[in-house]
Amino acid sequence: MKSKGQEGSLDELDRQILAFLQEDAKLTYSEIGNRLSVAHSTVYDRIQKMEEHGFIKKYEALVDLEKIGIPLLTAQMNITIDPKEAENIARKLAKSGQVLEVSTSFSEEFVILAKVVAKDQAQLHSFIAKSIAPIPGVLRIRTAIVTKKYKEERFSLALKENASKKRE
Amino acid sequence: MVSYSRALKNVLREEAFYFFTSIGNYTGQSASSLDEFLQKIKDVDIKSLEFHLFREDFEKWIALTLGDNKLADEIKNLRAQKVVGNALRDRLYFIVSRRLKELKGASASTSAPVPKERSQLAVL
Repeated sequence: MKSKGQEGSLDELDRQILAFLQEDAKLTYSEIGNRLSVAHSTVYDRIQKMEEHGFIKKYEALVDLEKIGIPLLTAQMNITIDPKEAENIARKLAKSGQVLEVSTSFSEEFVILAKVVAKDQAQLHSFIAKSIAPIPGVLRIRTAIVTKKYKEERFSLALKENASKKRE
Repeated sequence: MVSYSRALKNVLREEAFYFFTSIGNYTGQSASSLDEFLQKIKDVDIKSLEFHLFREDFEKWIALTLGDNKLADEIKNLRAQKVVGNALRDRLYFIVSRRLKELKGASASTSAPVPKERSQLAVL
């Protein structure tokens, strides 16, 4: 690893280590080292540096909430807004624990896309009506409740590596 | 007894009525007073009127935020009659406009200067 900040500053070994950790963050330094044919101390050093420089943000467990008895309803909101209020609205949404993702987008109109969770439909509606609709600059809201998820993953560096190799 | 000033006041943005057509689908229309609510009844998507009437949202807002139980009861009766479509819009408009006139009339008469004897009676 050369310096912090840019993807390009990571070398091939760093990216391979990250790809393994994305798949399974509980892999030991030795296990990663064996797969990459490098010493576990090398893996340790690389991971320490990537943590220090923020390439690795955190390690977390993906909990199956339904299995532990907390079934949550998920919805995708498309909020049409006054562009002048975009920053204010996005920040207010981002502060809420019920809102998991917030991003701005522009097609024909300026919109904020937000992923929100709620206990049930009544609570979802109450949250949107009382906490989102009254925010100044909110013009319209379209909400789609997720009925079934077919895939939910984060972008994997392993996929990127495979794609690069195919191009070569 | 209804407080005429409370029923006719403009409420805070957080207490306004926000018109939705279904769960989470906000039309962009809202009302901060009974006057504004009446105007929105004319314009808002009919689906929104049906959605809120069925959910008892109108009567709850009118009773809890504006403090007008009489109007809330009239809307409750309308819900019980299962009126839908433009008939619902017309009936709702009629009920709210009639009540608004009544409240404005009562408010005007209570705020007008009255002889001392009458004002003492009102207190009693």
